[in-house]
Amino acid sequence: MRLLFIELYKIWYNKASRVLIFVYFFLIFSIVILSTINIEFGPIKFNLAEQGIFNFPYIWHFNTFIIALLKIFFAIVIVAMTGNEYSYKTLKQNLIDGMSKTEFLKSKVYAIVAFVGISTLLVFTISLILGNIYSDYNEFQIIFSDLEYLLAYAVKLFGFFTFCLFLSILTKRGTFALGFLALWQVFEGISYGLMRWKLSDLIPHLSAEQVIKFFPLQALGNLITEPFTRLSAIQNIANQIGEGFTKDYGISILNISIVMVWSVLFISGSYNLLKRRDL
Amino acid sequence: MEQTLLQLNKLSKSFGRHKAIDKLSITLKKGNVYGLLGPNGSGKSTTLGMMLNVINPSSGSFQWYQGAMNIHQALKKIGAIIEHPNFYPYMTALQNLKLICKIKQCSTDNIQGKLELVGLWDRRHSKFRTYSLGMKQRLAIAAASVNNPELLILDEPTNGLDPQGIHQIRALITKIAKDGTTILLASHLLDEVEKVCNEVIILKNGVKYYEGPVNNINQTFGYFEIRAKDLKPLKKFLESFTQVECIEKEKEGLKVILNAELQLDELSEKLTRAEIFVSHLVKKKSSLEEQFLTLTQTK
Repeated sequence: MRLLFIELYKIWYNKASRVLIFVYFFLIFSIVILSTINIEFGPIKFNLAEQGIFNFPYIWHFNTFIIALLKIFFAIVIVAMTGNEYSYKTLKQNLIDGMSKTEFLKSKVYAIVAFVGISTLLVFTISLILGNIYSDYNEFQIIFSDLEYLLAYAVKLFGFFTFCLFLSILTKRGTFALGFLALWQVFEGISYGLMRWKLSDLIPHLSAEQVIKFFPLQALGNLITEPFTRLSAIQNIANQIGEGFTKDYGISILNISIVMVWSVLFISGSYNLLKRRDL
Repeated sequence: MEQTLLQLNKLSKSFGRHKAIDKLSITLKKGNVYGLLGPNGSGKSTTLGMMLNVINPSSGSFQWYQGAMNIHQALKKIGAIIEHPNFYPYMTALQNLKLICKIKQCSTDNIQGKLELVGLWDRRHSKFRTYSLGMKQRLAIAAASVNNPELLILDEPTNGLDPQGIHQIRALITKIAKDGTTILLASHLLDEVEKVCNEVIILKNGVKYYEGPVNNINQTFGYFEIRAKDLKPLKKFLESFTQVECIEKEKEGLKVILNAELQLDELSEKLTRAEIFVSHLVKKKSSLEEQFLTLTQTK
């Protein structure tokens, strides 16, 4: 608790971080506003909430996917705060003041865990409320089915944040870390392209999809598949034009495990970097 | 018996091929004011960095409180400032100090007293980034002493300050030393160390060059270099002087080390009266002091 307090203290007194976190939570609440969208175009009336996006259990899928997009706000906070520790040399001062390197890392990870916890709880609460207002199905069993999306949500956030933490400790600069993240995304894209092109020629029975899912960002993306093509309205259209989607929208244990392994690697990698480097 | 606070055991640090610190052994005892003296690049900051857990030693070891405490526990009981004052610029002085108390797990009761001591209590609600360098340095001293440390480590605390700022910092250090706090002051300024310290450790190229009381350095009386055709009667004659500590034979003459004041003209007169004629007679300051001066690059 002391370590968590220290990290939250550092974040709280930083104006930029405070604003980012407020914006984050504000945007989560603004998904409520989505429900009130009414598009009236001549005879066509369109209400987003009535398209079934807030139906149980689909709402768990939809909300966790959409709200997970907002994670970049807190990622910036992590990256900026960690980069600052290097540029202000406060990491050095913290250690001189008697904090151990383990404690320093722990305080960062605890803050991430706390944030992920709060965020998951919020998604749960908001979805529950919205679902109760708009859902066509209100049976207890349906409401609480597919809750594994929340688990996937928490793992996804945790995995992404530990990746950011690792990158900012690696590069010692907030901006470099974000740049590296973007670069990594491009790298994964290119490797995927290359593998699609050549891999099955080199090694038969091995497809690019099977390999790319072990890459960190792809693994994060695979946790929760996009929910849009699952909407009945869109599926209807697709069926009409004869192009049905057959996609697995579920949460796979394998994907969760891959991300968990990455998280562990990122945290231990951060620890080794801290331990080895002179300041 | 004096309590040993810190003991370095053949501590070494290399940066690539360069040996920054070579088998350095130092013992710090409670109640002293130590000066760690050496020119820039002699390894002072590296030494402090190693004892403060921010630089990993290449070899050797060190012990806080004779091993009774691990390094983190020990660091919470001491206070240290390395080079520049490092604080969170977006926090006020008060917020910064509260955070430090949280890290050091000490009470926040001291904050007001320490800020008053360094004259920053009135500015406690100003953000750190609005402070001048002198104020930052004083805040650093307040921060380092907020846990009433048994040992205060200061690295070049007057670097980059104007004369007034230097004076303020020195007065502060003297004040803290008078309260019985053990201090380790790293500096490349001889007079700074001379003014505040009673024990001195001199580093040169990462090697301990001298260790002992400051007074021993100041109280050397220099030595004579004397050359003559026949050294035997000269040596015999010189041995009769009470001011002579010892006589060493050198390549072409004698090195006469003094333990009390003896002027060149006085010696010359006495030698002439004894009808001993020398080919070379020079009085020199002790080599230690010579080194000391070149080391510290003052005048």
